[in-house]
Amino acid sequence: MSEQNDRGFRELLKKGMGPAESELKRDLWPQMLRRMDERSIPVPWFDWALVAVVATCLLLFPKAIPVLLYHL
Amino acid sequence: MELLERFAQGDAEAFETLFRQFQSAVYGWIVRIVRNREVAEDLTVETFWRIHRTHARFNPAGSFGGWARRIATNLALDSLRRKHHETDLPDDLAQPASPDPAGQQETRKQIQAAFRQLPAKLHIVAILALVEEEPYAEIAKALGISEVAVRVRVYRATRALRRSLKEQGVET
Repeated sequence: MSEQNDRGFRELLKKGMGPAESELKRDLWPQMLRRMDERSIPVPWFDWALVAVVATCLLLFPKAIPVLLYHL
Repeated sequence: MELLERFAQGDAEAFETLFRQFQSAVYGWIVRIVRNREVAEDLTVETFWRIHRTHARFNPAGSFGGWARRIATNLALDSLRRKHHETDLPDDLAQPASPDPAGQQETRKQIQAAFRQLPAKLHIVAILALVEEEPYAEIAKALGISEVAVRVRVYRATRALRRSLKEQGVET
């Protein structure tokens, strides 16, 4: 493939794809903050309570661990 | 303490400073690959979300820009993979200022379709190397592959694009 042919091909592709709007038109920080808030949704209190109950039960009745594992 | 060290230790202010410093560069890189403003904005935020999440893995002696670009490239590549399953044309590819004659408009569509037919890993290299004329070394760094691999992919993409355009009757 000649260099000139190659250049022409690249120009054709460029024309076909058009220029990308590479300039950022707005600050994305507010969107970033929203994303961070979405991902840091707190675990509901009753989930923590359930974990505490299960942990207490397992400490008091360690023989229940295999039974729990079997049911998981 | 240096900004990058503070960021690596999870300092929120350092992260915000880096976000403001690099958001334009990251967006500019992504939009040149995906060629859609809204998608590029979302992927920019996703890039920084991943950066935020993995701050502890960042080496403050390294380049933040390079690290961000690598993450952004991977996300853009995933986006291209998803896009290849869709059939519609990108909606905000920049249009020329004056109306195209019908033939040129058709050619544009055929070229865009030929790009979409490429596997994503060839598509991304073709866009960056052939359309954006990024140096192979930069593409290699962003994709985490060797320059030789980039060269091979450009060759394969060029061959596939030429074949596809020839089949559609576009003079290459």
